Order: sequence, then structure tokens, then C-alpha cells
Amino acid sequence: MKPGHGEVPIAEGDLETAEDEERLIDEFRRQLDAGLWAAVPLTARAGQRQARMVRSFDEIPRDADRVIFFPRAAGGG
Amino acid sequence: MLLALAATAIVALALLSDLIAPRIEQAWARHRARRRRVPSIVYDPGRELRAEQRARSLLRSCVGEEEWAMYRDLGFIRVWGGQAGGSADAGGAYQAPYAYLVYPHRPIVAYVPQTHRLLNEYCVTFPDDTAPYGNARLPDSDDVLAKWMALTGDERRLISTANMHLPGRQLDPAQVTRDLWRMSQWERARMRSAASSEQIDTAP
Repeated sequence: MKPGHGEVPIAEGDLETAEDEERLIDEFRRQLDAGLWAAVPLTARAGQRQARMVRSFDEIPRDADRVIFFPRAAGGG
Repeated sequence: MLLALAATAIVALALLSDLIAPRIEQAWARHRARRRRVPSIVYDPGRELRAEQRARSLLRSCVGEEEWAMYRDLGFIRVWGGQAGGSADAGGAYQAPYAYLVYPHRPIVAYVPQTHRLLNEYCVTFPDDTAPYGNARLPDSDDVLAKWMALTGDERRLISTANMHLPGRQLDPAQVTRDLWRMSQWERARMRSAASSEQIDTAP
């Protein structure tokens, strides 16, 4: 997510391909190093939608179709 | 005589140069600044609108059907408290002791679902400090999605980050109470609609 842009695709790839996976890991780290938060939207067992916040690439479910990066939260006025 | 006058004028100029020179430099700088061309920024009136449209489709693809319909119809969504950590899996969402109303670019309001009593306002923003220019605010629907993800994914971290206030600090409690009433009416209408469509389906 970016102000003035909305959703901006950053990287795409197939986790089954080693080259793609390496690229996705690098991009994931780059986004987190830039201070963004990462979340994976998923469906809970009860069928309810929720998100999982991820802090490392290993925490991303293998069947996740996307990871959403968004600015870190800060206390507002 | 003429020589004497010229020499006096030169000496006077030399003595006054400390006073005159800075003024001349300032006047010249002002003149240049007035004549300098300001680079024009191309204004795109559709930029924010397109961003919001993309944000809406992203929100729709992430949250549940009910949350999306609620946001589309009412302008906010409800997130059950204690959802992060798997309590929703156990079917506990609808028995949650508290819930949140999530508005775009407004504080998150915690309330008691059973009584509609307002508990707190949580002021939180998602500023993009990397933006070199322009608006650092996310589109409305992205702001709602960010709050939804943070609340359902790691409620404790978001709430500990937010600034907590009593109800009424930024949002008019009467307005929030009206929104809760609107939401209950909206839910009843949805239930009636679902029930009538079931009757039609099961009719011989």
C-alpha cells in the first residue's frame, strides 16, 4: 500500500522455483528493513477472514497467495 | 577644485560601500527570485480517485463478505475483539466481550456489543515517511484495511501503539451511537433478506 497509489505490486514469483524464492525473500527483507509491516490475509478454520502478521519469511504460509506490506502504525492525535 | 570633489566622492563611496553593497546584493537577489521560473507540478485530479478504487478492490479481496458489505453500505467495519490468536477459530467471535468500529482516518472505537456502551478511542495512523512528496496518507480503504489487518493479526501490538482516549475525544459519541444503531438495523435487514431468500429456495 502506498499513499496516492493504493496497491502497488512489488514482486511476484513461484515458491517452488529456487530463484524466485530467493528473490521474494530478498524483497520481503527489503520491505521490512524499510520499516513496513507485513500481513497475510487468510481464512480461519471457522470460515472467518482474518490476517496474520508476519515478521519473517518462514512465517508466511506456503499456500499464501500474497503478502501485503503497509506502513507501520503510529499513535495519532 | 574638481579633483578635490572627485577624491571626496571616492572616499565617501568607499566609506559607504559597507552599507550600500549588502542592500544592492539583496535587491539583486530579490529581482532574480521574482524572475525565476517555478517548476510546474502536473496536477492529476484522478490520482487519488484511482488509488481509492484500487484500495477498495484490495479491501474487498481481503476482508469477509459481511465486512465488505458493511463498509460499502455504512462506511465503517466492525472487528470483534480478541480475534487475533485464534479465538475466532473456536467460534468465539460472536461472543466477544468487546468489538471495534473501524473508520477511515478516524480513531478506532472500542465498544460493548451487547449494550453499545462506548469504551475507548484508539488514535492510530499509518504514515508513509518514505513518500518524498505529496500526501503521506493512505487511501481511505487502505487505511481501513491496515487497521483490519493489524487488529485481526496482532491486536495487542496495534492497541499498544495507539494513543488511547476516552470516548468523545475526536468522534462525537452521539454519532458513534447512531452508527451502532444503523449497523444493528443493517444486520436485521440482511438477516431478513437471507431468511426470505432461503424460503424461496426451499419452497416447492
